[in-house]
Amino acid sequence: MSEGAILRVIDVRKSFGGIQALMDVSVEVQEGEIFGIIGPNGSGKTTLINCITGFIKTDSGKVLYRGKDITNRAPNHIANLGITRTFQIMRPYYSLPAYKNLVIPLFSPRARRTGGWRGGGKLGDRDAVGIDILEEIGFERDSSVPYKLASSLPTGYLKRLELARCLALRPEIILCDEVFSGLSMSEIASMVPLIERLQMSGITLIMVEHRLRELFSVATRVMVLNFGQKLAEGHPDEVMKDEKVREAYLGSEKVLDYTFQ
Amino acid sequence: MENKDRRRERIDRGIKVRTEGIYAIASWQEVAYLLLPRLVLIVGLLILPIVIPSLYWKRVISIVSIYALLALGFDFLSNFVGLVSLGGAFFIGVGGYIAAILNKSLGLPPALTIPLATLGGAALCTLLLLPALPLRGVYFAIVTLMYPLALARIIEALNIVGGTDGIVGVASFASKWVEQYFIIVIAIIALFGLRRLVNEDIGLVFRGVKDNDQAIRASGLSITLYKAIAVFIAAALGSLGGAYFVHLYMVAGISLFALDYSIIPIAAAVIGGGGTLVGPLLGCFILVPVSELLRAFGTLRIVFYALILMMFIMFRSEGIMVYAQRKYHQFERWVKV
Repeated sequence: MSEGAILRVIDVRKSFGGIQALMDVSVEVQEGEIFGIIGPNGSGKTTLINCITGFIKTDSGKVLYRGKDITNRAPNHIANLGITRTFQIMRPYYSLPAYKNLVIPLFSPRARRTGGWRGGGKLGDRDAVGIDILEEIGFERDSSVPYKLASSLPTGYLKRLELARCLALRPEIILCDEVFSGLSMSEIASMVPLIERLQMSGITLIMVEHRLRELFSVATRVMVLNFGQKLAEGHPDEVMKDEKVREAYLGSEKVLDYTFQ
Repeated sequence: MENKDRRRERIDRGIKVRTEGIYAIASWQEVAYLLLPRLVLIVGLLILPIVIPSLYWKRVISIVSIYALLALGFDFLSNFVGLVSLGGAFFIGVGGYIAAILNKSLGLPPALTIPLATLGGAALCTLLLLPALPLRGVYFAIVTLMYPLALARIIEALNIVGGTDGIVGVASFASKWVEQYFIIVIAIIALFGLRRLVNEDIGLVFRGVKDNDQAIRASGLSITLYKAIAVFIAAALGSLGGAYFVHLYMVAGISLFALDYSIIPIAAAVIGGGGTLVGPLLGCFILVPVSELLRAFGTLRIVFYALILMMFIMFRSEGIMVYAQRKYHQFERWVKV
């Protein structure tokens, strides 16, 4: 509809063998919003993220970033345009300390071009920039945590490390694949303000989530996928009133009260 | 056993701060602690040709150094980039033939042919291996093994670049001392250069490729580009060794594609300790001379050789240097469980 959309997905279709993972999904994401993608297991949420970020090739359809066609381009090209992603199953560099994990994205063409974290001009020491980013994302600088090997970090920190890798690229868009899953309630509670802070700094967030309550506390709009098709799109409250959505989630006429998960 | 309720505890010596590679140095003892092993190695390698009088064993040192370059390249590729390469023979052969051709047909001196063969050979090897770079593990290994076998047969069948006779009459080095020390110094530079490289930012990218290549793409970096750079570095070391070899023996033949160049670096990495870089170098200095000593046994030497390798794999599978570095850098004590 509007021309101001930062990301437009037009009729994207993807099948794995006989399984239609995505059937002509179209969506527009506005700049600066937090856009949620929800749906039952196997509904194509992660596939959509993979198609947008180039990790899998779409069968047909288009992905436009600020009006520019980025369909099926290499993942590293797309990352360098500022469209970054986290992985549902965390993919840190396990053999490196946490802060050295960030040296790698800071080595990318985009990070070199745009300079250090929040600072213009020439990039400083990548180690120092890495520790700055980690502090921003909740690793205490003066503790030993940023210096520990990624293989020895707990899930909560690894999820943050995933976000930190995105931030090192100074992204326009972050696609978060279930950043809340596998976290304890207190870890989620500290993650939510972090997400809000990212939005306030001007980053557009697209979040795939199963944790609906936390997602709805931050998301401006959500889209519901089921069996690769878009069921509904709009404000979280409206979407959850939709009959088809309730059916997809519950398979019955029970009223879904998402405040109790 | 009385050891049942006790276990061994290992503690890093206090000189390491927080993480690998950051040291706090406060005294001369600590400076010595860090410098001594490096100095022993460098000085040891440099005085080796002086303390060994026999010409035969001096030649062995040169050969060992060539193997050391290959072993360094192998260790770098396999333990820091995640590419298991059996391409030693490929690198040696390509570098050797380029140097020989440049010397014979253009009349260039070794001072020019060696650098040209190093860069040209590395570029050619990288180019030929480019299609194989997306492959991982044993599949990449097979492709790197295929090239030297294929090239040797191609030279034989088409009778090009000297055919089975090889290229004879390649120029030798001007001085015996240059010939001896050139390759030793190169091996030392390669060792310390690679050790520095893997801890630089680009080295971290290489290690990231091994650890998690999908995250590399998500970080906005091309996997193929960094694999190609790494292969170029390893191929340059091998090609340099090949070019030197050709000038040392004044002949380039299809024996340059011998499988020894692919296999011995792996054995050296096993014995010396993969992932330490210095380990495979020392492994070559053990393996190759032992192989020479065993020549007295004729063909039986392969049996002894295999036995030595088996012993190492069974009883010290981590390798000499991993063991030695642990002993050097960590205290050990028994604690009650």
